[in-house]
Amino acid sequence: MKVPQLSAYEKLGLARRNDRPRTMDYIDQMFSDFVELKGDRCYGDDPAVVGGIALYRGLPVTVLGHRKGRNVEENVRFNFGMPHPEGYRKSQRLAKQAEKFGRPVICFIDTPGAYPGKGAEARGQGQAIADNIALFSDLGVPVVSIVIGEGGSGGALAFGLADTVLMMENAVYEILSPEGFASILWRDSSLASRACRLMKPTAQDLLELGIIDEIVKEPGEGAHTDPRAAIKNADRAISRHLSRLMKESREKLVENRFRKFKMMDGRRGK
Amino acid sequence: MDTFEIKRRKIELMKYLRKNLGLGQRSDEPSRVIEKCPSCRTVFSHKELEDNLMVCPSCGYHFKLGAYERIDLVSDEGSFHEIGEGVMSTDVLDFPEYRHTLKEAKQQSGLNEAYVFGTCRVNARSAVIGVLDSSFIMGSMGAAAGAKICLSIETARRKKLPLIIFSASGGARMQEGTVSLMQMARTSAAMKRFDKSGGLFISCLTNPTTGGVLASFASLGDIIIAEPGALIGFAGPRVIEQTIGEKLPEGFQRSEYLLEHGFLDMIVERSMMKDTISKLISLNERRG
Repeated sequence: MKVPQLSAYEKLGLARRNDRPRTMDYIDQMFSDFVELKGDRCYGDDPAVVGGIALYRGLPVTVLGHRKGRNVEENVRFNFGMPHPEGYRKSQRLAKQAEKFGRPVICFIDTPGAYPGKGAEARGQGQAIADNIALFSDLGVPVVSIVIGEGGSGGALAFGLADTVLMMENAVYEILSPEGFASILWRDSSLASRACRLMKPTAQDLLELGIIDEIVKEPGEGAHTDPRAAIKNADRAISRHLSRLMKESREKLVENRFRKFKMMDGRRGK
Repeated sequence: MDTFEIKRRKIELMKYLRKNLGLGQRSDEPSRVIEKCPSCRTVFSHKELEDNLMVCPSCGYHFKLGAYERIDLVSDEGSFHEIGEGVMSTDVLDFPEYRHTLKEAKQQSGLNEAYVFGTCRVNARSAVIGVLDSSFIMGSMGAAAGAKICLSIETARRKKLPLIIFSASGGARMQEGTVSLMQMARTSAAMKRFDKSGGLFISCLTNPTTGGVLASFASLGDIIIAEPGALIGFAGPRVIEQTIGEKLPEGFQRSEYLLEHGFLDMIVERSMMKDTISKLISLNERRG
């Protein structure tokens, strides 16, 4: 059966749905013995970023992800998945710990972007993201990232420096929200639908541009229609890539990751 | 000269300029005769400003500098050799009017891309110097600028030279979408590699340094310097005000604010920039 092609903006709508499976759903279904680890040892704990250790098919792994809520109350608590610098510093701490103990890292990307607020700026949002990116670019353990919803701006990229970057079929990965994009370029945020089409943020666009490695199929009319099946598909893809990456030496991993991102100029698509 | 005398002279100068040079001329016209300081609103002749390194003689406001002006200011005369000047942006997303925007930017700025770099000497010490020029599509970083930044980092690594980058950027190049976002990864990864090789990176932040440039290589300096009063932040002030629904306080996200919050090593006035950089290079030279 041929599923009608969704527009980029319709996909964005799906990616933002409240009933779409979120990072915690993936963690609950894919891992056992998840232990959440909190705090950046510097200022605080950012609830918009969840991190910890878990068993993945019997193997200890470090898990990181943006955390969004299901309802207003949860969303306020998790700041709609928009991290502060503490989130990125917690991520650095856990990534270094993963490297120390030789654990692979699995990242779930699902954020409109890093939080644009007063405190976030005062505590170095730019610095925190830059450090996170630099750290992951040289991390000596396998890293697999998957964009499961909306991956917005540097706030999303901070978790995207991975050996393998996967994307759910209806997820989007963008320079900033189409609303923000339209507002910057045309001073009119109501042109978001047009912006979204032109930005080419869908999994299909980004596979063509050589920015992501693989698209993970979603069931029916989107992951929300059968979350278990969607997560199962993601699980299979992650596991397949992880077992391949686990065979690589530390040097080879880092070298390949470096080369992969070095080539990203939009002209080397598949 | 006391302040009263300075004021009197300024008033006189303004009168003179009004009368003879036609005040009210748009400040973005290419051949400027007079300049109005956006901070203290004093008016000067362009020559007077130039003689003062494009710093307002009255309040110290640092006007923006073009890439080559900046290079002239920091490098020894005749020592700059440009690299990669032929690298140019392509329209990777088939984005409407982007080709036209690029063409216009080239004409207006006289540059091929927002980033210019090469080798030079700073008080006789060799270095790689790179400058993001805000007159080229807001100094935004697309794939070509990203490639050039990586090339400058790589040049410094290969030649074992210190690297100095002056940033002035609105962040990502909107018209290149997610490809532009990836330049943060690309440049940061290259900088990390340079860092591990023992290279010295002096990151100089000038007005404005925001978005994806701040959140990538520009924040990875061994030493981070800013010019006075520069806007430095991840999110732009307008976005923050819209998000939190309140006006931001005076001086928020300015160099002085960042210094106070621990994100800069120092604020250096333009007239002291070259000597400061050459001193930092010499102090960081490996011994033995």
